[in-house]
Amino acid sequence: MTGTTATADELRVRVRGLLAAHPPATTPRTDFLRARFDAGLAWVHYPEGLGGLGAPRSLQTVVDAELEAAGAPDNDPRRIGIGLGMAAPTILAYGTEEQKHRFLRPLWAGEEVWCQLFSEPGAGSDLAALGTRAVLDEDTGEWVVDGQKVWTSSAHTARWAILIARTDPALPKHQGITYFLCDMHAPGVEVRPLRQITGEAEFNEVFLTGVRIPDGHRLGAVGEGWAVARTTLMNERVSIGGMRIPREGGMIATVAAAWRERPELRTHALHQRLLELWVEAEVARLTGERLRQQLAVGQPGPEGSGMKLTFARLNQEISGLEVELLAEEGLSYEDWTMRRPELVDFTGRDAGYRYLRAKGNSIEGGTSEILLNIVAERVLGLPPEPRDDKDLAWKDLAR
Amino acid sequence: MTAPMGLLYSETEEELRAAVRSLLAARCDPKSVLARIETDRPHDPELWQTLASGIGAAGLLVPEKLGGQGAGHREAAVVLEELGRAVAPLPYLTSAVLATEILLGCDSGDVAPLLRELASGRQVCVPAVPLTLAPGGPLPAAVRDVGDGTLTGTVTSVADAVAADVLLVLADTGLYAVPAASAVLTPQVPLDLTRPLATVTLDAAAGTRLADPATARAAIAGALLSGAGLLASEQLGIAEWCLTETVRHTRVRHQFNRPVGSFQALKHRLARLWLDVASARAAARAAADALATASPDAPLTVAVAQAYCAGVAVRAAEECVQLHGGIGMTWEHPAHLYLKRAKADSLALGTAGHHRGLVADFAELPAP
Repeated sequence: MTGTTATADELRVRVRGLLAAHPPATTPRTDFLRARFDAGLAWVHYPEGLGGLGAPRSLQTVVDAELEAAGAPDNDPRRIGIGLGMAAPTILAYGTEEQKHRFLRPLWAGEEVWCQLFSEPGAGSDLAALGTRAVLDEDTGEWVVDGQKVWTSSAHTARWAILIARTDPALPKHQGITYFLCDMHAPGVEVRPLRQITGEAEFNEVFLTGVRIPDGHRLGAVGEGWAVARTTLMNERVSIGGMRIPREGGMIATVAAAWRERPELRTHALHQRLLELWVEAEVARLTGERLRQQLAVGQPGPEGSGMKLTFARLNQEISGLEVELLAEEGLSYEDWTMRRPELVDFTGRDAGYRYLRAKGNSIEGGTSEILLNIVAERVLGLPPEPRDDKDLAWKDLAR
Repeated sequence: MTAPMGLLYSETEEELRAAVRSLLAARCDPKSVLARIETDRPHDPELWQTLASGIGAAGLLVPEKLGGQGAGHREAAVVLEELGRAVAPLPYLTSAVLATEILLGCDSGDVAPLLRELASGRQVCVPAVPLTLAPGGPLPAAVRDVGDGTLTGTVTSVADAVAADVLLVLADTGLYAVPAASAVLTPQVPLDLTRPLATVTLDAAAGTRLADPATARAAIAGALLSGAGLLASEQLGIAEWCLTETVRHTRVRHQFNRPVGSFQALKHRLARLWLDVASARAAARAAADALATASPDAPLTVAVAQAYCAGVAVRAAEECVQLHGGIGMTWEHPAHLYLKRAKADSLALGTAGHHRGLVADFAELPAP
């Protein structure tokens, strides 16, 4: 297929070939995923040899549908979301050939979990203010990293991390940042659970003390880390909200079910709120579906940047309504025991958990306030607010 | 690509949009709308002629064999988006959508001549029902047949009656076509001057019977469903103009030595409004597509679109007035035209609350 554009039919033939050579029923999961990568059917828009065929991205849905119909195992996108959604596209865009070949296959097959060492206690929404230092040891050609990161999901299971650190504090904050691939098993990497309002420790703090990163694990040029990080962040937002959900899917489902099954809980005031949210959830579904149709014809609309805002707000309002609807039951919480879940999953949990966990939806992956700024400036073309920190050296910023 | 693209616009639809938009830009700018609405002739018959027959917009819903374009609800929705964007004082919703759908629902040879007139734009025909009449609600019984199609009764808040040649009247014995000249039309002072209202009084007026009572009621119910679904597109057009114009204004208007659009408080409001408008587009398109494909899902999709889009149009117009500051309160700036149309539209063909009640039925979320 080199040099030509794959068609949907050609991809179907390929999928059938893969299924014939590696029957899902008898092939171990990881073996199947590796074979799928090698067949170029992992992400068809990636280059050949790197899990793809250089085909149009829209054709991925054809592959996914065929494989799903055949009951083939998928790599669990929730478990390896950071790797798939953020690390992979960044490595593809900025990595050396060696880095691409070393990291993409085990990442895709889920053999190596990735986490993201971006946010810091003093640099969340103002990410470019980060203070974690990386200093080059001229003798060994290694970078020595010291600092603290926070809100790191999967850090306790991750094998690799994408990391941004400051390599030149004398430059303004968006400059002098460099992007690295960090071995989470390296000496000096310490992961501490960070207990959250749900009682669980789904996130972590990561302390980096004299961590040595070989220069070969630098991604992009020294001092160009901000541009690389922007690729990661852009892909993060694309990966959120691209999923297809059925009518009354997601969080509205549980509250609607409770409404139907338990007439004794119904009040007029709750009914009005439930209907408003049901309508908004349905409209959000249609907006996502419209975005998907735009992507399928190769005309991505700017709606994508808004979907995360909508889902965050709806999740919060719906889960809040659910706690109220449950009346006396809403006073109880399932379990405050500190646990370390591998997955974040809203289903199969109590309303109280959903209510508390949903609070994170408007903070993680870019706060709603930052995303509104992005929509206002990039979609509507409104002018930025004046920023007096833009040209100051990072070391001279007030902290 | 085999997947259905129901929520996007086709090339044909975009061409139709371009034609309507350029006509309205040339002949229906805010200044001329303002100049017209306080006169005796709030409608612009010459513009209607061009839109209806020149572009063929009046007959979009009418099959070709009856003199129409044989297009459908998706195309009519695009026209309504543009009419909303221009707050055009034209009887499109009433004549080309509601009356046309009622006649199509009569399904008899008797309506063909009238449909041809409507589709060509030679005659304007509007249903003599209150603009607030909603799908899924009770139909009025204000008009009686006092013998042989001689009709007596009064209907209030009839939209575009003053522009009509023919009124479609629901009486106890069926549906009648009544020449507007044989009714007494008393103009009301409407909140929305771009869609004038009148009280229609029939005092032994002669009408031509088009359908029996059961057929008439079903035809009207179907027309109200289509009308409500397509009104969402008009509301989308209103909201879009308000957003675009407000963004434009806040980019150039300086206060405190900065464009006001650079203040985060305003940026966030406009970004939220943009999100609402993008969502309203998906909802309105879904309704138009469900109607066009006669989907069994249409009643729910229409109710969802109406429950959502009405509020977005009103909010967009209210934000438009507020973020224009003092200018937004003046008569000469067109913001008030959009506010009035948006607010009146939020009552037309059922309020958001009425449509949420319908959603409750369809989605099986019963009231306490």
